[in-house]
Amino acid sequence: MVRVRLWGSLAAAIGGQTEIEVEAGTLRELLDTLARDYPALQPQLERGVSVAIDGVIYNDDWFTPIRPDSEVVLLARLKGG
Amino acid sequence: MALDSKTEARKFKIVGTRPLRPDGIDKVTGRARFGADMSAPGMLVGLILRSPHPHARIRSIDTTRAESMEGVHAVVTRADFPAFVEDEALADVLDNCMAGEKALYDGHAVAAVAATSGAVARAALKLIEVEYELLAHVTDVDEAMRPDAPALHEDRADETVPAGMSDNVMARHEFGHGDIDAGFAKADRVLERGYRTEATHQGYIEPHACLATFGSDGQADLWCCTQGHYMVRNTCAAILGMEQGRLRVTASEIGGGFGGKTTVFLEPVALMLSKKAGRPVKMVMGRAEVFRATGPTASSSIDVRIGMAKDGRITAGFAELRYQGGAYPGSPVDMGSMSAFAPYDLEHVKTVGWDVVTNRPKQAAYRAPGAPMAAFAVESAIDELARELGLDPLEVRLKNAAREGTRASYGPTFPAIGLEATLRKAKDHPHWSAPLGPNQGRGVACGFWFNFGGDTCVSLNITPDGTVTVSEGNPDIGGSRASMSMMAAEELGIPYEKVRTIIADTGALGQNDVTDGSRVTFAVGLATIEAARAAKREMCKRAARIWEIEEDAVVWEDGAARPAGPNAGKHPPMSLAEIAAVATNTGGPIAGHCEVNAEGAGVSFATHMVDTEVDPETGAVKILRYTVFQDAGKAVHPAYVEGQFQGGAVQGIGWALNEEYIYGEDGRLQNAGFLDYRIPVASDLPMIDTVILEIPNPGHPYGVRGVGETSIVPPLAAVANAVSHAAGVRLTHLPISPPRLLAAIGAK
Amino acid sequence: MSRIHVTTTINGEAAEFLCDAGETLLDVLRDRLGLTGSKEGCGTGDCGACSVVLDGRLVCACLVLGAEAEGRTVGTIEGMTTGEALHPLQRKFLEHAALQCGICTPGFLVAAKALLERTPDPTEEEARYWLAGNLCRCTGYDKIIRAVLDAAAEMREAH
Ligand code: FES
Ligand code: FES
Repeated sequence: MVRVRLWGSLAAAIGGQTEIEVEAGTLRELLDTLARDYPALQPQLERGVSVAIDGVIYNDDWFTPIRPDSEVVLLARLKGG
Repeated sequence: MALDSKTEARKFKIVGTRPLRPDGIDKVTGRARFGADMSAPGMLVGLILRSPHPHARIRSIDTTRAESMEGVHAVVTRADFPAFVEDEALADVLDNCMAGEKALYDGHAVAAVAATSGAVARAALKLIEVEYELLAHVTDVDEAMRPDAPALHEDRADETVPAGMSDNVMARHEFGHGDIDAGFAKADRVLERGYRTEATHQGYIEPHACLATFGSDGQADLWCCTQGHYMVRNTCAAILGMEQGRLRVTASEIGGGFGGKTTVFLEPVALMLSKKAGRPVKMVMGRAEVFRATGPTASSSIDVRIGMAKDGRITAGFAELRYQGGAYPGSPVDMGSMSAFAPYDLEHVKTVGWDVVTNRPKQAAYRAPGAPMAAFAVESAIDELARELGLDPLEVRLKNAAREGTRASYGPTFPAIGLEATLRKAKDHPHWSAPLGPNQGRGVACGFWFNFGGDTCVSLNITPDGTVTVSEGNPDIGGSRASMSMMAAEELGIPYEKVRTIIADTGALGQNDVTDGSRVTFAVGLATIEAARAAKREMCKRAARIWEIEEDAVVWEDGAARPAGPNAGKHPPMSLAEIAAVATNTGGPIAGHCEVNAEGAGVSFATHMVDTEVDPETGAVKILRYTVFQDAGKAVHPAYVEGQFQGGAVQGIGWALNEEYIYGEDGRLQNAGFLDYRIPVASDLPMIDTVILEIPNPGHPYGVRGVGETSIVPPLAAVANAVSHAAGVRLTHLPISPPRLLAAIGAK
Repeated sequence: MSRIHVTTTINGEAAEFLCDAGETLLDVLRDRLGLTGSKEGCGTGDCGACSVVLDGRLVCACLVLGAEAEGRTVGTIEGMTTGEALHPLQRKFLEHAALQCGICTPGFLVAAKALLERTPDPTEEEARYWLAGNLCRCTGYDKIIRAVLDAAAEMREAH
């Protein structure tokens, strides 16, 4: 199980939990499991999120490995100029 | 750091030097071709008719008179585009390029013509009859949030917006951790203040321009100035309902972008005109159009509350940010909310951001989108608290600085970062202790930006005579051909002059993300290094075959394949040119390429220091001295890194002192030109000193971080702090134009 | 609308063109003569990207009519090099990395050349005020001013 930290808006969507535990070994499994187990997150997941794994930000690479002790943080989708 | 560092300890030969850029001669002789510099045989001129109203329902558009005019070859309205675009964001882009049911801001495109000359096209625009039903409008962010404000859209708010709010509120974002009430309870002093910033424009000197050629076989070519021609291809294809592979986009040289050329305005219209006319169509915006109808940044209204202990420790931070991003959802308030407190190690922090629409042009990214306004508010409040408590503002920042292992205010734990290093350098710099005269003040501020990676392709080819060509897919906006050539040369061990980097069109490489997020030196650099490594492996293989030894018995060193270890036999090294010369005989041409979604971009921090002098009679502010301290990870071409620092700082100075979108009661933009929208000129400024720090980014083989955006984050606050000290009154509304400053001094 | 026939000298060579009465010199240079080195950043005299020299005077080509070139001499960025050799200003702009995107560069070079012809030894302040009509959004002007002062020094030595 990996612990996933949610930002405030996402936490609010699922009743205030700021951390949840999810069974996932890759980024794709993480996003799929979140969508399945927490339907309230669906709209934001569809709009897009970035995921910080151990401090490094990933956008879409499904197969990025996640270790059980990794720090995983969901972020609003980043955009630059 | 759970991930292993990709950065290798190495001594650089080329990276870190300052060679001339390969596109330099073209750019100092006038030969370089920018967006408006291309023409085609039989080309028509395209022009756009724009709404003079800030908010109006379009009842009807009658184009018959324009169409029948001599010399007019096509007229286009929204009716010519597909009725339905599935992706909401792309549907907004289309609606922004050509209004549908409503004109949503002064300058919104409602129709376009293509004619044999500009004069004919201008005359034809006058013959288009649009019947408008005028609607009430709103251009101010706080007014737009009132429940009774005129609404631009219905039912477009996302699920995060509480019921009962104005229809103009599109989204609510919340970030942070800890318990701010508990944090504020521990403070010796709590400061609460509201701040405002006005909308500014990126102000690139080159207006948008493109040349579209749509063939009767359904294939199209497009030449345009853009920060991402692959994005242009994908966006136009979606909007026009065509396949991406049938549209080839070539990027011209680009005359500045700063985020403003990360979307499309003219391109889909030019393609549609060309399709209807059956001839090439060139479109070039005038400056007034650029101001009225491209993508300025958001204006903001921000409330900050910060609690500080007597020793300068921040016990809690809270900010509520309201950004209007023009007529469509998507202001960068989420980025502002994430970055507001990012430089600090806080136990209790919370930010709430509101995305609001108004009757203004759809905002586009502007260098570290959303961050400068948020930093202005937070850094001003910290400065004021430090003053009140009699503390050194740099010490206060050092005391609270985020470091490796700090949990960032936006969530993740920071790896090695450079904020502390910039603060220490600033403290030790002679600028910090230089004396100040009467009416002068010194300000400091910190800033942060995320930086990105993303889809990137590089193809590196070895020519038969041993020179090297690198093809990349990101427009060179400030010397990136030079830095790619340098990284390729470094990796291959050959002279810089042997490498030539070109920007390939969309037919030549796979998908490349836009030149944004300060990603190019990082991501394209990474792909260039990987492509060079692939070519080296292949060259080692060729040498092994020639020497008849095992492949793994050959290494690449100093630009040549060499036998490795005692068992490899004695063979004189084979240089790149020698291997290239016999490539045909050893298996064919040699190339290396890399296609990657580059991850691992490193965040970047900066501290800025500025001295200003205030004229109490006129309210004019002079910048006396300016120093930028920023972490670059590794500066590939230090001159262009300094240039990014200087350019960002000066744009920030403009934002702080002069630049603003001014709307009248009638909802029309009143200053759509460089005379009235005043960007800094040479005589406004001193030299901008720079100090480059190099704290390697573990996610890049050479340690590179993006540098382009962070430099615009601190100056708004640094300048405001300096002016506040010089004038003896706290300035909370940007720009600090002379009238605003005089009023503040008068109210003291 | 009948066109106006104009005979002029551009970068030392005789030139002829037909233009409409309302057409600017900038339009003529760019669209009729293919000299696209002069840029249009504003069309209203505010950015200097279109800087050219008309009978020895620095002007904004967007504020001059094409017809006004009749019988006069026009100098543009395309005339700045002699054969292969770059003008010292061009070289110094490259050495100092005084351009990022490069759209403002032709205008700055033409304007700076006009400055050094009048004032071979400008102070920093003189250079900044002379070039205040040329906008650059990329560089913050630091490296541009350094390049101009350095070129001035080199040109003085060569004399
Ligand atoms: S185009 Fe002539 S001054 Fe701007
Ligand atoms: S280099 Fe881009 S405007 Fe000057």
